[in-house]
Amino acid sequence: MKAKGRVFKYGDNVDTDVIIPARYLNIQDKKELSSHAMEDIDKDFVRNVEKGDIMVARRNFGCGSSREHAPMVIKESGISCVIADTFARIFFRNAINIGLPILECPDAAEFISAGDEVEVDFDTGVITDITTGRSFNAEPFPEFMQKIINSNGLVGYINS
Amino acid sequence: MGMTMTQKILAAHAGLDSVKAGQLIEAELDLVLGNDITTPVAIDVMKGIKKDTVFDREKIALVMDHFIPNKDIKSAENCKCCREFALKHEITNYFDVGKMGIEHALLPESGLTVAGDCIIGADSHTCTYGALGAFSTGVGSTDMAAGMATGKAWFKVPSAIRFNLTGKPSKWVSGKDVILHIIGMIGVDGALYRSMEFTGDGIKNLSIDDRFTIANMAIEAGGKNGIFPVDDIAIEYMKSHGNRPYKIYEADSDAVYDEEYTIDLSELKPVVAFPHLPENTKTVDDIKERITVDQAVIGSCTNGRISDLRIAAEVIRGKRIADNVRCIVIPATQKIYLRALEEGLIKDFIEAGAIVSTPTCGPCLGGYMGILAKGERCISTTNRNFVGRMGDTESEVYLASPAVAAASAVAGFITAPEV
Repeated sequence: MKAKGRVFKYGDNVDTDVIIPARYLNIQDKKELSSHAMEDIDKDFVRNVEKGDIMVARRNFGCGSSREHAPMVIKESGISCVIADTFARIFFRNAINIGLPILECPDAAEFISAGDEVEVDFDTGVITDITTGRSFNAEPFPEFMQKIINSNGLVGYINS
Repeated sequence: MGMTMTQKILAAHAGLDSVKAGQLIEAELDLVLGNDITTPVAIDVMKGIKKDTVFDREKIALVMDHFIPNKDIKSAENCKCCREFALKHEITNYFDVGKMGIEHALLPESGLTVAGDCIIGADSHTCTYGALGAFSTGVGSTDMAAGMATGKAWFKVPSAIRFNLTGKPSKWVSGKDVILHIIGMIGVDGALYRSMEFTGDGIKNLSIDDRFTIANMAIEAGGKNGIFPVDDIAIEYMKSHGNRPYKIYEADSDAVYDEEYTIDLSELKPVVAFPHLPENTKTVDDIKERITVDQAVIGSCTNGRISDLRIAAEVIRGKRIADNVRCIVIPATQKIYLRALEEGLIKDFIEAGAIVSTPTCGPCLGGYMGILAKGERCISTTNRNFVGRMGDTESEVYLASPAVAAASAVAGFITAPEV
Protein backbone atom coordinates (compact mmCIF):
# COMPACT_ATOMS: atom_id res chain seq x y z
CA MET A 1 0.00 0.00 0.00
CA LYS A 2 1.22 3.47 -0.87
CA ALA A 3 0.22 7.05 -0.08
CA LYS A 4 1.13 10.10 -2.10
CA GLY A 5 0.30 13.74 -1.57
CA ARG A 6 1.27 17.27 -0.61
CA VAL A 7 2.52 17.99 2.88
CA PHE A 8 0.88 20.01 5.64
CA LYS A 9 3.62 20.68 8.20
CA TYR A 10 3.26 21.42 11.92
CA GLY A 11 5.58 21.68 14.94
CA ASP A 12 5.95 20.04 18.38
CA ASN A 13 3.10 19.09 20.74
CA VAL A 14 0.17 19.51 18.35
CA ASP A 15 -2.57 18.72 20.86
CA THR A 16 -6.00 17.18 20.33
CA ASP A 17 -7.65 20.45 21.40
CA VAL A 18 -6.28 22.20 18.31
CA ILE A 19 -6.87 19.16 16.07
CA ILE A 20 -10.55 19.23 17.02
CA PRO A 21 -11.61 21.76 19.68
CA ALA A 22 -13.87 20.44 22.46
CA ARG A 23 -16.55 22.99 21.57
CA TYR A 24 -17.39 20.73 18.60
CA LEU A 25 -17.34 17.42 20.48
CA ASN A 26 -21.11 17.37 20.76
CA ILE A 27 -21.20 16.79 16.97
CA GLN A 28 -21.45 13.12 16.01
CA ASP A 29 -21.66 13.50 12.22
CA LYS A 30 -18.13 12.81 10.91
CA LYS A 31 -18.39 15.14 7.91
CA GLU A 32 -19.67 18.07 9.95
CA LEU A 33 -17.04 17.39 12.65
CA SER A 34 -14.19 17.24 10.14
CA SER A 35 -15.16 20.64 8.72
CA HIS A 36 -13.49 21.97 11.92
CA ALA A 37 -10.31 19.88 11.67
CA MET A 38 -7.14 21.77 12.71
CA GLU A 39 -9.23 24.95 12.99
CA ASP A 40 -7.41 26.42 16.00
CA ILE A 41 -3.91 25.90 14.58
CA ASP A 42 -4.48 26.24 10.81
CA LYS A 43 -7.67 27.94 9.69
CA ASP A 44 -6.90 27.25 6.00
CA PHE A 45 -6.36 23.49 6.42
CA VAL A 46 -9.91 22.39 5.66
CA ARG A 47 -10.08 24.64 2.60
CA ASN A 48 -6.75 23.50 1.18
CA VAL A 49 -6.54 19.79 2.01
CA GLU A 50 -7.04 17.32 -0.82
CA LYS A 51 -7.61 13.59 -0.68
CA GLY A 52 -4.29 11.77 -0.24
CA ASP A 53 -2.39 14.67 1.33
CA ILE A 54 0.11 13.94 4.08
CA MET A 55 0.52 15.54 7.50
CA VAL A 56 4.02 15.92 8.95
CA ALA A 57 4.71 17.16 12.47
CA ARG A 58 7.42 17.01 15.11
CA ARG A 59 7.42 15.63 18.68
CA ASN A 60 4.45 14.36 20.70
CA PHE A 61 1.79 14.74 17.99
CA GLY A 62 -1.76 14.33 19.32
CA CYS A 63 -0.99 14.98 22.99
CA GLY A 64 -3.77 15.71 25.44
CA SER A 65 -7.26 14.32 25.38
CA SER A 66 -8.22 10.74 24.46
CA ARG A 67 -10.82 11.96 21.96
CA GLU A 68 -10.88 9.59 19.01
CA HIS A 69 -12.51 12.46 17.16
CA ALA A 70 -8.92 13.74 16.58
CA PRO A 71 -7.56 10.98 14.30
CA MET A 72 -11.10 10.59 12.94
CA VAL A 73 -11.28 14.17 11.58
CA ILE A 74 -7.75 13.90 10.14
CA LYS A 75 -8.72 10.69 8.32
CA GLU A 76 -12.10 12.08 7.26
CA SER A 77 -10.49 15.23 5.85
CA GLY A 78 -8.61 13.06 3.34
CA ILE A 79 -5.16 12.85 4.95
CA SER A 80 -3.60 9.52 3.93
CA CYS A 81 -0.78 9.36 6.49
CA VAL A 82 0.66 11.27 9.45
CA ILE A 83 4.43 11.32 9.96
CA ALA A 84 5.97 12.65 13.18
CA ASP A 85 9.05 12.34 15.39
CA THR A 86 6.80 10.80 18.06
CA PHE A 87 3.10 10.47 18.78
CA ALA A 88 1.33 10.83 22.11
CA ARG A 89 0.38 7.32 23.18
CA ILE A 90 -3.42 7.56 23.15
CA PHE A 91 -3.38 9.20 19.71
CA PHE A 92 -1.04 6.43 18.53
CA ARG A 93 -3.48 3.73 19.70
CA ASN A 94 -6.50 5.55 18.33
CA ALA A 95 -4.94 6.06 14.90
CA ILE A 96 -4.08 2.36 14.62
CA ASN A 97 -7.47 1.34 15.97
CA ILE A 98 -9.38 3.38 13.37
CA GLY A 99 -7.01 2.55 10.52
CA LEU A 100 -5.30 5.93 10.03
CA PRO A 101 -1.72 5.14 8.94
CA ILE A 102 0.91 6.85 11.08
CA LEU A 103 4.70 6.62 10.99
CA GLU A 104 7.35 7.63 13.48
CA CYS A 105 10.38 8.97 11.63
CA PRO A 106 12.33 11.87 13.19
CA ASP A 107 14.47 12.44 10.06
CA ALA A 108 11.49 12.67 7.74
CA ALA A 109 9.69 14.88 10.23
CA GLU A 110 12.69 17.20 10.38
CA PHE A 111 13.61 17.47 6.72
CA ILE A 112 10.28 17.35 4.89
CA SER A 113 8.85 20.83 4.28
CA ALA A 114 5.32 22.17 3.92
CA GLY A 115 4.06 21.81 0.35
CA ASP A 116 6.54 19.05 -0.62
CA GLU A 117 5.22 16.12 -2.67
CA VAL A 118 5.79 12.98 -0.59
CA GLU A 119 5.26 9.29 -1.23
CA VAL A 120 5.02 6.67 1.55
CA ASP A 121 5.38 2.94 0.99
CA PHE A 122 3.77 1.26 4.02
CA ASP A 123 5.11 -2.17 3.19
CA THR A 124 8.75 -1.10 3.29
CA GLY A 125 8.43 1.96 5.57
CA VAL A 126 10.24 4.08 2.96
CA ILE A 127 9.19 7.74 2.86
CA THR A 128 10.27 9.61 -0.30
CA ASP A 129 10.25 13.39 -0.59
CA ILE A 130 9.73 13.69 -4.35
CA THR A 131 10.29 17.46 -4.25
CA THR A 132 13.79 17.21 -2.74
CA GLY A 133 14.65 13.67 -3.82
CA ARG A 134 15.49 12.58 -0.26
CA SER A 135 14.20 9.35 1.19
CA PHE A 136 13.86 8.16 4.77
CA ASN A 137 13.25 4.84 6.52
CA ALA A 138 10.54 4.61 9.17
CA GLU A 139 10.50 1.83 11.75
CA PRO A 140 8.06 -0.89 10.66
CA PHE A 141 5.19 -1.70 13.05
CA PRO A 142 5.32 -4.82 15.19
CA GLU A 143 3.46 -7.68 13.51
CA PHE A 144 0.49 -7.45 15.89
CA MET A 145 -0.15 -3.80 15.07
CA GLN A 146 0.34 -4.47 11.37
CA LYS A 147 -2.45 -7.05 11.62
CA ILE A 148 -4.79 -4.45 13.11
CA ILE A 149 -3.85 -1.95 10.39
CA ASN A 150 -4.34 -4.57 7.68
CA SER A 151 -7.79 -5.34 9.10
CA ASN A 152 -8.61 -1.62 8.66
CA GLY A 153 -8.65 -1.12 12.42
CA LEU A 154 -9.48 -2.92 15.67
CA VAL A 155 -13.10 -3.67 14.75
CA GLY A 156 -12.06 -5.53 11.62
CA TYR A 157 -9.36 -7.32 13.62
CA ILE A 158 -11.82 -8.48 16.32
CA ASN A 159 -14.35 -9.60 13.71
CA SER A 160 -11.73 -11.63 11.87
CA MET B 1 15.21 -9.09 35.91
CA GLY B 2 12.62 -7.71 38.32
CA MET B 3 9.36 -6.08 37.39
CA THR B 4 7.99 -2.64 38.18
CA MET B 5 4.67 -2.30 40.01
CA THR B 6 2.87 -1.62 36.72
CA GLN B 7 4.48 -4.61 35.01
CA LYS B 8 3.38 -6.89 37.85
CA ILE B 9 -0.25 -5.82 37.55
CA LEU B 10 -0.14 -6.24 33.77
CA ALA B 11 1.48 -9.68 34.01
CA ALA B 12 -1.20 -10.85 36.45
CA HIS B 13 -3.98 -9.62 34.16
CA ALA B 14 -2.39 -11.25 31.13
CA GLY B 15 -2.10 -14.58 32.95
CA LEU B 16 1.70 -14.50 32.71
CA ASP B 17 4.38 -15.08 35.35
CA SER B 18 6.39 -12.16 34.09
CA VAL B 19 6.44 -9.52 31.38
CA LYS B 20 9.13 -7.18 30.15
CA ALA B 21 9.11 -3.68 28.69
CA GLY B 22 8.12 -3.61 25.03
CA GLN B 23 6.20 -6.90 25.14
CA LEU B 24 2.74 -6.87 23.56
CA ILE B 25 0.13 -8.48 25.79
CA GLU B 26 -3.61 -8.92 26.02
CA ALA B 27 -4.92 -8.15 29.50
CA GLU B 28 -8.21 -8.87 31.28
CA LEU B 29 -9.98 -5.69 32.38
CA ASP B 30 -11.57 -4.98 35.76
CA LEU B 31 -13.35 -1.84 34.60
CA VAL B 32 -14.08 -0.10 31.28
CA LEU B 33 -15.10 3.52 31.54
CA GLY B 34 -16.56 6.16 29.22
CA ASN B 35 -18.17 9.58 29.42
CA ASP B 36 -20.84 11.50 27.51
CA ILE B 37 -18.37 12.56 24.80
CA THR B 38 -16.50 9.31 24.17
CA THR B 39 -19.26 6.74 24.84
CA PRO B 40 -21.52 7.69 21.89
CA VAL B 41 -18.55 7.12 19.55
CA ALA B 42 -17.87 3.75 21.26
CA ILE B 43 -21.54 2.76 20.93
CA ASP B 44 -21.30 3.50 17.22
CA VAL B 45 -18.11 1.38 16.99
CA MET B 46 -19.84 -1.49 18.84
CA LYS B 47 -22.41 -1.65 16.07
CA GLY B 48 -19.58 -2.78 13.80
CA ILE B 49 -18.47 -5.56 16.16
CA LYS B 50 -20.23 -8.86 15.52
CA LYS B 51 -21.29 -9.13 19.15
CA ASP B 52 -24.18 -7.17 20.57
CA THR B 53 -23.51 -7.92 24.22
CA VAL B 54 -21.20 -6.50 26.88
CA PHE B 55 -18.65 -8.69 28.64
CA ASP B 56 -19.85 -7.85 32.15
CA ARG B 57 -22.56 -5.30 32.87
CA GLU B 58 -21.08 -4.64 36.34
CA LYS B 59 -17.60 -3.85 35.03
CA ILE B 60 -18.58 -0.97 32.78
CA ALA B 61 -18.97 2.58 34.08
CA LEU B 62 -20.67 5.27 32.02
CA VAL B 63 -20.42 8.72 33.54
CA MET B 64 -22.26 11.72 32.15
CA ASP B 65 -19.98 14.56 33.19
CA HIS B 66 -18.52 16.65 30.38
CA PHE B 67 -21.48 18.59 28.98
CA ILE B 68 -24.16 17.90 31.57
CA PRO B 69 -26.68 19.00 32.66
CA ASN B 70 -27.07 19.03 28.86
CA LYS B 71 -25.60 22.27 27.57
CA ASP B 72 -27.39 22.10 24.23
CA ILE B 73 -29.52 19.85 22.03
CA LYS B 74 -26.60 17.88 20.59
CA SER B 75 -25.23 17.16 24.08
CA ALA B 76 -28.71 16.07 25.15
CA GLU B 77 -28.81 13.65 22.24
CA ASN B 78 -25.40 12.23 23.19
CA CYS B 79 -26.52 11.61 26.77
CA LYS B 80 -29.78 10.08 25.52
CA CYS B 81 -27.76 7.70 23.37
CA CYS B 82 -25.68 6.65 26.44
CA ARG B 83 -28.79 6.32 28.62
CA GLU B 84 -30.51 4.03 26.12
CA PHE B 85 -27.37 1.92 25.75
CA ALA B 86 -27.08 1.61 29.55
CA LEU B 87 -30.72 0.56 29.81
CA LYS B 88 -30.49 -1.93 26.96
CA HIS B 89 -27.40 -3.64 28.38
CA GLU B 90 -28.47 -3.18 32.03
CA ILE B 91 -25.22 -1.39 32.87
CA THR B 92 -25.04 -1.22 36.67
CA ASN B 93 -22.73 1.74 36.94
CA TYR B 94 -24.48 4.35 34.87
CA PHE B 95 -24.22 7.82 36.39
CA ASP B 96 -26.59 10.51 35.18
CA VAL B 97 -27.70 13.88 36.58
CA GLY B 98 -28.30 13.52 40.31
CA LYS B 99 -25.87 10.63 40.72
CA MET B 100 -23.05 11.92 38.59
CA GLY B 101 -19.79 13.59 39.31
CA ILE B 102 -16.56 14.08 37.42
CA GLU B 103 -15.62 10.52 36.52
CA HIS B 104 -12.15 10.38 38.07
CA ALA B 105 -13.39 11.68 41.41
CA LEU B 106 -16.65 9.71 41.28
CA LEU B 107 -15.38 6.20 40.53
CA PRO B 108 -12.85 5.93 43.39
CA GLU B 109 -15.42 7.55 45.70
CA SER B 110 -17.93 4.88 44.60
CA GLY B 111 -15.47 2.08 45.39
CA LEU B 112 -15.22 1.02 41.74
CA THR B 113 -11.45 1.39 41.44
CA VAL B 114 -9.13 -0.42 43.83
CA ALA B 115 -5.49 -1.43 44.13
CA GLY B 116 -4.38 -4.12 41.71
CA ASP B 117 -7.10 -3.36 39.14
CA CYS B 118 -6.44 -3.11 35.41
CA ILE B 119 -8.66 -0.32 34.07
CA ILE B 120 -9.12 1.41 30.73
CA GLY B 121 -11.20 4.51 30.20
CA ALA B 122 -12.09 6.55 27.16
CA ASP B 123 -10.79 9.66 28.85
CA SER B 124 -7.14 10.61 29.06
CA HIS B 125 -7.24 11.27 32.81
CA THR B 126 -8.15 7.65 33.57
CA CYS B 127 -4.59 7.40 34.91
CA THR B 128 -5.93 8.97 38.15
CA TYR B 129 -6.63 5.60 39.83
CA GLY B 130 -2.92 4.88 40.08
CA ALA B 131 -3.19 6.85 43.33
CA LEU B 132 -4.78 3.73 44.83
CA GLY B 133 -2.26 1.33 43.31
CA ALA B 134 -4.27 0.36 40.23
CA PHE B 135 -3.02 0.21 36.64
CA SER B 136 -5.30 2.56 34.76
CA THR B 137 -4.84 4.31 31.46
CA GLY B 138 -6.69 6.41 28.94
CA VAL B 139 -7.71 4.99 25.58
CA GLY B 140 -9.99 6.01 22.73
CA SER B 141 -13.55 5.04 21.93
CA THR B 142 -12.63 2.05 19.75
CA ASP B 143 -10.60 0.52 22.59
CA MET B 144 -13.51 1.25 24.90
CA ALA B 145 -15.92 -0.52 22.53
CA ALA B 146 -13.59 -3.52 22.21
CA GLY B 147 -13.17 -3.52 26.00
CA MET B 148 -16.94 -3.45 26.58
CA ALA B 149 -17.45 -6.29 24.10
CA THR B 150 -14.55 -8.55 25.07
CA GLY B 151 -13.35 -7.48 28.52
CA LYS B 152 -9.82 -7.30 27.17
CA ALA B 153 -7.35 -4.75 25.81
CA TRP B 154 -3.96 -4.96 24.14
CA PHE B 155 -1.01 -3.17 25.73
CA LYS B 156 2.62 -2.66 25.05
CA VAL B 157 4.24 -3.26 28.44
CA PRO B 158 5.77 0.08 29.48
CA SER B 159 9.15 0.76 30.98
CA ALA B 160 9.13 3.18 33.89
CA ILE B 161 10.58 6.31 35.42
CA ARG B 162 10.88 6.29 39.20
CA PHE B 163 10.21 9.40 41.24
CA ASN B 164 11.54 9.03 44.75
CA LEU B 165 9.66 11.52 46.93
CA THR B 166 11.18 12.54 50.25
CA GLY B 167 10.37 15.10 52.94
CA LYS B 168 7.19 16.91 53.83
CA PRO B 169 5.62 19.66 51.74
CA SER B 170 5.21 23.02 53.44
CA LYS B 171 1.89 24.77 54.00
CA TRP B 172 0.18 25.72 50.69
CA VAL B 173 2.26 23.21 48.70
CA SER B 174 0.06 20.40 47.42
CA GLY B 175 -0.01 17.48 44.99
CA LYS B 176 -0.63 19.94 42.14
CA ASP B 177 2.67 21.67 42.84
CA VAL B 178 4.46 18.30 42.95
CA ILE B 179 3.17 17.19 39.55
CA LEU B 180 3.58 20.61 37.88
CA HIS B 181 7.15 20.67 39.19
CA ILE B 182 7.76 17.22 37.67
CA ILE B 183 6.19 18.12 34.31
CA GLY B 184 8.25 21.31 34.25
CA MET B 185 11.34 19.19 34.87
CA ILE B 186 10.78 16.37 32.34
CA GLY B 187 8.50 18.07 29.80
CA VAL B 188 5.12 17.22 28.26
CA ASP B 189 6.59 14.17 26.55
CA GLY B 190 9.13 13.36 29.26
CA ALA B 191 7.35 10.14 30.20
CA LEU B 192 6.02 9.28 26.73
CA TYR B 193 4.78 5.65 26.55
CA ARG B 194 6.15 5.01 30.06
CA SER B 195 4.92 4.52 33.61
CA MET B 196 5.58 7.12 36.25
CA GLU B 197 6.13 5.20 39.49
CA PHE B 198 6.18 7.22 42.69
CA THR B 199 8.02 5.84 45.70
CA GLY B 200 9.73 7.06 48.85
CA ASP B 201 9.16 8.17 52.43
CA GLY B 202 7.62 11.45 51.35
CA ILE B 203 4.49 9.71 50.10
CA LYS B 204 3.18 9.33 53.63
CA ASN B 205 3.05 13.12 53.76
CA LEU B 206 0.75 13.29 50.74
CA SER B 207 -3.00 12.92 51.28
CA ILE B 208 -4.94 10.56 49.04
CA ASP B 209 -6.37 13.64 47.28
CA ASP B 210 -2.83 14.90 46.61
CA ARG B 211 -2.01 11.50 45.10
CA PHE B 212 -5.11 11.56 42.89
CA THR B 213 -3.97 14.95 41.57
CA ILE B 214 -0.45 13.68 40.87
CA ALA B 215 -1.53 10.44 39.15
CA ASN B 216 -4.22 12.37 37.23
CA MET B 217 -1.64 14.52 35.46
CA ALA B 218 0.76 11.70 34.50
CA ILE B 219 -0.76 12.01 31.02
CA GLU B 220 0.39 15.66 30.85
CA ALA B 221 3.95 14.32 30.87
CA GLY B 222 2.97 11.81 28.16
CA GLY B 223 2.88 8.94 30.67
CA LYS B 224 0.92 5.75 30.15
CA ASN B 225 0.07 5.66 33.83
CA GLY B 226 1.12 7.06 37.18
CA ILE B 227 1.15 4.75 40.18
CA PHE B 228 1.68 4.88 43.93
CA PRO B 229 2.51 2.08 46.35
CA VAL B 230 -0.42 0.99 48.54
CA ASP B 231 -0.01 2.20 52.13
CA ASP B 232 -2.31 2.66 55.13
CA ILE B 233 -3.67 5.92 53.73
CA ALA B 234 -4.72 4.21 50.47
CA ILE B 235 -6.14 1.20 52.33
CA GLU B 236 -8.16 3.41 54.64
CA TYR B 237 -9.57 5.28 51.62
CA MET B 238 -10.56 2.06 49.84
CA LYS B 239 -12.13 0.52 52.95
CA SER B 240 -14.22 3.61 53.63
CA HIS B 241 -15.45 3.89 50.04
CA GLY B 242 -16.50 0.37 49.12
CA ASN B 243 -16.04 -3.30 49.73
CA ARG B 244 -14.43 -4.62 46.57
CA PRO B 245 -11.38 -6.70 47.46
CA TYR B 246 -8.11 -5.06 46.55
CA LYS B 247 -4.76 -6.64 45.76
CA ILE B 248 -1.42 -5.10 46.61
CA TYR B 249 1.41 -5.38 44.10
CA GLU B 250 4.88 -4.14 44.90
CA ALA B 251 7.75 -3.42 42.55
CA ASP B 252 10.60 -5.95 42.76
CA SER B 253 13.68 -4.65 44.53
CA ASP B 254 15.67 -5.30 41.34
CA ALA B 255 13.14 -3.69 39.02
CA VAL B 256 14.79 -1.67 36.28
CA TYR B 257 13.89 1.96 35.67
CA ASP B 258 14.80 4.05 32.61
CA GLU B 259 15.43 7.05 34.81
CA GLU B 260 15.23 7.94 38.50
CA TYR B 261 14.61 11.30 40.13
CA THR B 262 14.61 12.25 43.78
CA ILE B 263 12.40 15.14 44.82
CA ASP B 264 12.53 16.67 48.29
CA LEU B 265 8.94 17.78 48.87
CA SER B 266 10.03 20.19 51.61
CA GLU B 267 11.91 22.25 49.02
CA LEU B 268 8.95 22.69 46.66
CA LYS B 269 7.17 26.02 46.29
CA PRO B 270 3.77 26.83 44.75
CA VAL B 271 4.07 26.37 40.97
CA VAL B 272 2.19 27.91 38.04
CA ALA B 273 2.20 26.56 34.45
CA PHE B 274 2.09 29.38 31.93
CA PRO B 275 0.30 29.19 28.57
CA HIS B 276 0.23 27.12 26.41
CA LEU B 277 1.81 23.95 27.81
CA PRO B 278 1.77 22.37 31.28
CA GLU B 279 5.61 22.22 31.12
CA ASN B 280 5.94 26.03 31.09
CA THR B 281 6.32 26.19 34.84
CA LYS B 282 7.56 28.86 37.21
CA THR B 283 7.36 29.06 40.98
CA VAL B 284 5.09 31.86 42.13
CA ASP B 285 8.16 33.42 43.79
CA ASP B 286 9.82 33.69 40.38
CA ILE B 287 6.94 35.59 38.77
CA LYS B 288 8.15 39.15 38.75
CA GLU B 289 5.43 40.72 36.63
CA ARG B 290 1.86 41.36 37.75
CA ILE B 291 -0.35 38.93 35.82
CA THR B 292 -3.95 40.02 36.25
CA VAL B 293 -6.73 37.45 35.86
CA ASP B 294 -10.32 37.72 34.62
CA GLN B 295 -11.43 34.33 35.91
CA ALA B 296 -10.46 31.69 38.45
CA VAL B 297 -11.66 28.09 38.16
CA ILE B 298 -11.41 25.80 41.18
CA GLY B 299 -12.51 22.26 40.36
CA SER B 300 -12.03 19.46 37.75
CA CYS B 301 -10.90 15.82 37.92
CA THR B 302 -7.52 17.20 38.96
CA ASN B 303 -8.53 19.45 41.85
CA GLY B 304 -12.26 19.28 42.65
CA ARG B 305 -12.03 17.06 45.73
CA ILE B 306 -12.93 17.94 49.29
CA SER B 307 -9.36 18.76 50.39
CA ASP B 308 -9.05 21.07 47.40
CA LEU B 309 -12.24 22.90 48.36
CA ARG B 310 -11.13 23.10 52.01
CA ILE B 311 -7.85 24.71 51.00
CA ALA B 312 -9.56 27.17 48.65
CA ALA B 313 -12.15 28.06 51.31
CA GLU B 314 -9.43 28.58 53.91
CA VAL B 315 -7.80 31.14 51.61
CA ILE B 316 -11.04 32.86 50.56
CA ARG B 317 -12.94 32.79 53.89
CA GLY B 318 -13.83 36.27 55.12
CA LYS B 319 -12.30 37.96 52.09
CA ARG B 320 -13.80 39.21 48.80
CA ILE B 321 -13.10 37.98 45.28
CA ALA B 322 -11.38 40.88 43.50
CA ASP B 323 -13.46 43.21 41.34
CA ASN B 324 -13.53 42.07 37.72
CA VAL B 325 -12.64 38.46 38.61
CA ARG B 326 -15.19 35.70 38.07
CA CYS B 327 -14.46 32.90 40.52
CA ILE B 328 -16.10 29.57 39.63
CA VAL B 329 -15.97 26.72 42.14
CA ILE B 330 -16.99 23.24 40.95
CA PRO B 331 -17.17 20.41 43.50
CA ALA B 332 -16.30 17.24 41.56
CA THR B 333 -19.12 15.01 42.83
CA GLN B 334 -22.49 15.27 44.56
CA LYS B 335 -20.98 13.81 47.74
CA ILE B 336 -18.15 16.35 47.74
CA TYR B 337 -20.70 19.12 47.13
CA LEU B 338 -22.80 17.96 50.08
CA ARG B 339 -19.77 17.62 52.32
CA ALA B 340 -18.63 21.12 51.37
CA LEU B 341 -22.11 22.38 52.17
CA GLU B 342 -22.10 20.67 55.58
CA GLU B 343 -18.66 22.05 56.38
CA GLY B 344 -19.77 25.58 55.50
CA LEU B 345 -17.35 25.88 52.58
CA ILE B 346 -20.09 26.70 50.06
CA LYS B 347 -21.17 29.59 52.29
CA ASP B 348 -17.56 30.82 52.42
CA PHE B 349 -17.36 30.81 48.61
CA ILE B 350 -20.70 32.50 48.01
CA GLU B 351 -20.16 35.15 50.69
CA ALA B 352 -16.82 35.99 49.12
CA GLY B 353 -18.46 36.52 45.73
CA ALA B 354 -17.59 33.22 44.04
CA ILE B 355 -20.17 31.01 42.35
CA VAL B 356 -20.61 27.29 42.99
CA SER B 357 -21.63 24.97 40.16
CA THR B 358 -23.09 21.50 39.97
CA PRO B 359 -20.38 18.88 39.21
CA THR B 360 -19.21 19.08 35.59
CA CYS B 361 -16.03 19.10 33.51
CA GLY B 362 -17.52 22.25 31.91
CA PRO B 363 -14.89 24.98 31.60
CA CYS B 364 -11.81 22.75 31.84
CA LEU B 365 -12.15 21.73 28.19
CA GLY B 366 -13.94 24.84 27.02
CA GLY B 367 -17.33 23.13 27.09
CA TYR B 368 -19.44 25.61 29.04
CA MET B 369 -19.77 27.21 32.51
CA GLY B 370 -16.94 29.70 32.13
CA ILE B 371 -15.71 30.12 28.55
CA LEU B 372 -13.07 32.78 27.98
CA ALA B 373 -13.32 35.63 25.47
CA LYS B 374 -10.44 36.79 23.26
CA GLY B 375 -7.66 38.24 25.37
CA GLU B 376 -9.03 36.96 28.70
CA ARG B 377 -6.92 35.18 31.26
CA CYS B 378 -7.82 32.46 33.75
CA ILE B 379 -6.00 30.95 36.71
CA SER B 380 -7.26 27.40 36.90
CA THR B 381 -6.81 24.26 38.96
CA THR B 382 -7.51 22.17 35.84
CA ASN B 383 -4.93 20.17 33.90
CA ARG B 384 -4.38 21.66 30.43
CA ASN B 385 -3.56 25.13 29.17
CA PHE B 386 -3.36 24.43 25.44
CA VAL B 387 -4.30 27.07 22.86
CA GLY B 388 -8.07 27.58 22.99
CA ARG B 389 -8.56 25.02 25.74
CA MET B 390 -11.01 27.17 27.74
CA GLY B 391 -12.35 29.35 24.97
CA ASP B 392 -11.02 31.74 22.37
CA THR B 393 -7.66 30.83 20.81
CA GLU B 394 -6.33 34.15 22.09
CA SER B 395 -7.36 33.49 25.69
CA GLU B 396 -4.88 32.20 28.28
CA VAL B 397 -5.00 29.53 30.99
CA TYR B 398 -2.51 29.43 33.86
CA LEU B 399 -2.52 26.14 35.80
CA ALA B 400 -2.06 26.12 39.56
CA SER B 401 -3.14 24.59 42.87
CA PRO B 402 -6.41 25.45 44.64
CA ALA B 403 -4.43 27.59 47.11
CA VAL B 404 -2.85 29.68 44.35
CA ALA B 405 -6.08 29.92 42.33
CA ALA B 406 -7.98 31.07 45.41
CA ALA B 407 -5.32 33.59 46.48
CA SER B 408 -5.19 34.93 42.91
CA ALA B 409 -8.99 35.26 42.76
CA VAL B 410 -8.86 37.40 45.89
CA ALA B 411 -5.86 39.48 44.77
CA GLY B 412 -6.93 39.88 41.13
CA PHE B 413 -3.50 38.76 39.95
CA ILE B 414 -1.44 35.56 40.17
CA THR B 415 -0.09 35.08 43.67
CA ALA B 416 0.20 32.48 46.43
CA PRO B 417 -1.28 32.70 49.93
CA GLU B 418 1.08 34.25 52.46
CA VAL B 419 2.88 31.69 54.57
